[in-house]
Amino acid sequence: MIPETENILEVDKLITSFETDRGLLRAVDQVSFTVPAGKTVGIVGESGCGKSVTAMSIIRLLPQPAGKILGGHVYFKGHDLVHASDSEIHKIRGGEIGVIFQEPMAALNPVHPIGRQVAEVFRIHKNLSKKDAWAAATEMLELVRIPAPGKRMMDYPHHLSGGMRQRIVIAMALACRPLLVIADEPTTALDVTVQAQILDLMARLQSEMGMSTVLITHDLGVIAETCDEVVVMYAGRVVERASAKELFTNPLHAYTRGLLSSIPTLSTPSKSLLNTIPGMVAALADYAHGCRFCQRLGRSHLAPRERPIFAEVSPQHWVETCPLCYQL
Amino acid sequence: MPLLSVKDLRVHFAVRSGVMLRQTAAVRAVDGVSFDIGPGETLGLVGESGCGKSTLGKAIVRLLKPTSGSIHFESKDISRASQGSLRPLRRDFQMIFQDPAESLDPRMSVRSIIEEPFVIHGLGNRAERLRWVSGLLDRVGLPASSAERYSFEFSGGQRQRIGIARALALKPKLIVCDEPVSALDVSVQSQILNLLVELQRDFGLSYLFIAHDLSVVKHVSDRVAVMYLGKIVELATADAIYQDPRHLYTQALLSAIPSHDPRVKREKILLEGDVPSPIDPPPGSAFGHRMSHPRYDETVGADLSLKEIAPAHWVAADPCCVSASDWQKLRPVKAS
Repeated sequence: MIPETENILEVDKLITSFETDRGLLRAVDQVSFTVPAGKTVGIVGESGCGKSVTAMSIIRLLPQPAGKILGGHVYFKGHDLVHASDSEIHKIRGGEIGVIFQEPMAALNPVHPIGRQVAEVFRIHKNLSKKDAWAAATEMLELVRIPAPGKRMMDYPHHLSGGMRQRIVIAMALACRPLLVIADEPTTALDVTVQAQILDLMARLQSEMGMSTVLITHDLGVIAETCDEVVVMYAGRVVERASAKELFTNPLHAYTRGLLSSIPTLSTPSKSLLNTIPGMVAALADYAHGCRFCQRLGRSHLAPRERPIFAEVSPQHWVETCPLCYQL
Repeated sequence: MPLLSVKDLRVHFAVRSGVMLRQTAAVRAVDGVSFDIGPGETLGLVGESGCGKSTLGKAIVRLLKPTSGSIHFESKDISRASQGSLRPLRRDFQMIFQDPAESLDPRMSVRSIIEEPFVIHGLGNRAERLRWVSGLLDRVGLPASSAERYSFEFSGGQRQRIGIARALALKPKLIVCDEPVSALDVSVQSQILNLLVELQRDFGLSYLFIAHDLSVVKHVSDRVAVMYLGKIVELATADAIYQDPRHLYTQALLSAIPSHDPRVKREKILLEGDVPSPIDPPPGSAFGHRMSHPRYDETVGADLSLKEIAPAHWVAADPCCVSASDWQKLRPVKAS
């Protein structure tokens, strides 16, 4: 398969499994999507749906030795990362692909000043001298709008607020001017006003630097606000994929519809009963063949036994075509 | 008559340092808060992390001792009551916590968790209590077979149901819900919100509903209080808060909520900086200070308490944070 060139990233039938007490479990089961150059693609789903594992598979940061990529391809600029050597991956990760994690405190080293941690990126990836790396790091802090960056360089992570820490993590991710940024729940740990600051910062930096972003979140509001395209995951599989506009106005899969209608918005009548999705996400080991959302709703016996086909039902709109879950 | 009436409540924590562990500073977590909750009413309490909303919730059910001020529950002041004299009163006010995993004892079966309030208050015999437990389980939507299982065998949403059943056991009049759905996935969140709304309808409960998600608070609340750095800065009906916010901080909070429609791009008020520390807060308007407002100096030493700007709509009389026309109505009239 020859990957198209306008896509910076192509994930093709990716399968990631974990070795567990209950056997080999597929946390990511044939996930495919593409990230066009300069665009933001959101991956949304509930906890345990495999969205973070998908992201970590792309940059090969799976927990070892339990996590393994068992199949599929991840083409980054046409180059398959699944079969890349460790040293190639080390070069790309933090270089051409930047990563932003959910918990900035966990992503930063508490015993080193932040300036040193940002400068380290330049030392490793750009082979800059200590002095040049320090200067470049100060510039990055300015770019992510840390006030008085020169003074802040000597601060330790615990001196900073959550929002400031996330700015540092963003500075580290963007230090090498990456082509692609993978952001795993970058604002989940933050307050709404700080979330708005960070999302605004990311959008501005993206348009200045022209990079692409994969944004993983459970928050449909964040998706609506920032993404060009959306991938909806359920139980390790992609159930729907479309442009953000299309997905929010014309959701085709029952799970997407359920998600969208179960969130109270400011226009929902007060104290009215919200739509709910009955049941809950089953453990991965308990899934049978066939449509996994039907299994949650307890109607597997009515659905076909085979896995539903993921098909493009209208231009640029893909849905898992289970006859019970997919309606036009 | 209000069920709960809080007047000028303060909860300060001592910061001790040095060899003698002398108090060197105080964290003013809750710093002069007043409000009422009526029977069957839900008061939503919103604000960013560190604003003191959870501390306020805990002080109201007396899991914390207030530093000063009063908490009248059905006209009885509980702010200084001893633990012993509080015990019989505790039947009437209960709490639901954010993280159901941490608020349920993993070594107790679900039956003993829900039965415990009856045991503590010496209610019923064993058979009666078992009947009540299965009634409660049924009411919160859990199968009767859950009783003999342990809390860790359940999912997050089911654990929150167990926490709700325990809070309901003694037929309380008021439940303080501290971020009851923020640890849950959206599809489970709506199930729990529906349950809380139904229980209120069926039992006439009052809620103090603490959350940082403004859409969720709007959905469940009759009135909403907005807190910033230990103080309530605006208090009004849910509709008024969301449609006609008068305080700049409320406006900024609301504009920060991501819209769920990609076609709508809302105008955002982006706040600079962070919430200041409640240790040694700025002497004047805390929010004016964050924004380096030109009128900040006027607020130092001024009375910034809530004033009624419109019927049942209260806002802090703070020249930094209200519109010029509102300030004309709020400014103190000098005695001539």
